[in-house]
Amino acid sequence: MAAGQVQALRRRIRTVKSTKKITKAQELVATSRIAKAQERVAASRPYSLAITKVLGALASNASVENPLLAARERVRRAGVLLITSDRGLAGAYNANAIRTAEQLVAQLKSEGKEVALYIVGRKGVGYYRFRGRDIAASWTGFSERPSFADAKRIGDALIEGFAAGSEAEGTFGPEGIAGVDELHLVSTEFKSLMTQSANAKPLAPVQVEAESEEKSSEPRAAYEFEPDADELLDALLPKYLNTRIYAALLDSAASESASRRRAMKSASDNADDLLKRYTREMNSARQAAITQEISEIVGGANALAAAGSDV
Amino acid sequence: MANQLHVEVVAVEEKVWAGEAEMLVARTTEGEIGVLPGHSPLLGLLKEPSQVRVKLAGGEQLTYDVAGGFLSIDANGVTVLAESATPATPESH
Repeated sequence: MAAGQVQALRRRIRTVKSTKKITKAQELVATSRIAKAQERVAASRPYSLAITKVLGALASNASVENPLLAARERVRRAGVLLITSDRGLAGAYNANAIRTAEQLVAQLKSEGKEVALYIVGRKGVGYYRFRGRDIAASWTGFSERPSFADAKRIGDALIEGFAAGSEAEGTFGPEGIAGVDELHLVSTEFKSLMTQSANAKPLAPVQVEAESEEKSSEPRAAYEFEPDADELLDALLPKYLNTRIYAALLDSAASESASRRRAMKSASDNADDLLKRYTREMNSARQAAITQEISEIVGGANALAAAGSDV
Repeated sequence: MANQLHVEVVAVEEKVWAGEAEMLVARTTEGEIGVLPGHSPLLGLLKEPSQVRVKLAGGEQLTYDVAGGFLSIDANGVTVLAESATPATPESH
């Protein structure tokens, strides 16, 4: 029995070792991906800062009624864009994002709104498909390396649906999106290597942040517009939305990698602990087996000797 | 004093170029515009597709193919914002 136990432990040690190889490799890959994702976040910042500034100037300079800016009087259907990852092994990353989305959906439903779900990432798609819930549209295959083209594809589809509104019948765009009256975005914010938090933000109607104006003491420049302000705003707002979606994708990608790194690190650490424990157990089982064998031999020899002296 | 123009060419995914220049030439939906130092503030939508030319001191010129771009001029200089901006091949202008 003892020999069997040693063998079983040896087998388990082998499994833990090979699992550890995988988690360790995943951890290293995730670590390098975080750095890359952060670089891309930093590289995209000048554009988003500039477009926010320009939009602020435009909105305060022009009294413009743009459909993307105005809040709808009656919101019948709301769209929720949820960003998840394509692959698992990322700790609570997807669970947190989905839970936040679920809270938002519940809240929207309690306000009497219909909810259309737009999902980025296979994990989110899998979650809703498994539960048999409707997904209005989904995009997958780029969660770790989102490009602006991906963001634009999503953004253009959503904007088309939003511009149509829920009164419109039928669907729009190649993804077949039904009209909505407001859009929300659920993504994961990268705060630090240790902290990432999923949160929900309104996406449309667009709220232009005018805070930069209040802070700056210098008089605001009186801009000329070419073409006029209305047309400019029409052209810029979709770009602004796409930029926000792109920023959210990048931030989520960084969070995904950070989350995966942490999960894989604790898995590797756990594998180390297990290895230590199993090795110890195996050694003591082996020693116990040897001790038992010796005492059996000694006992047998003694018995023989005793039997021999008797005769 | 301001005889140099601060130019930034910024694409969504990265900052493409930033520096001082003599002049910037771009084409908005309304027509060609040349920007010299001290230009009054302006927001312009660039024609699709179009090229932006940055003339550096010393006669050198940088040309970018710009898609989905617009132009913002304020007291600090010119910013060209674009969905994509790639250096154009020298002979294509």
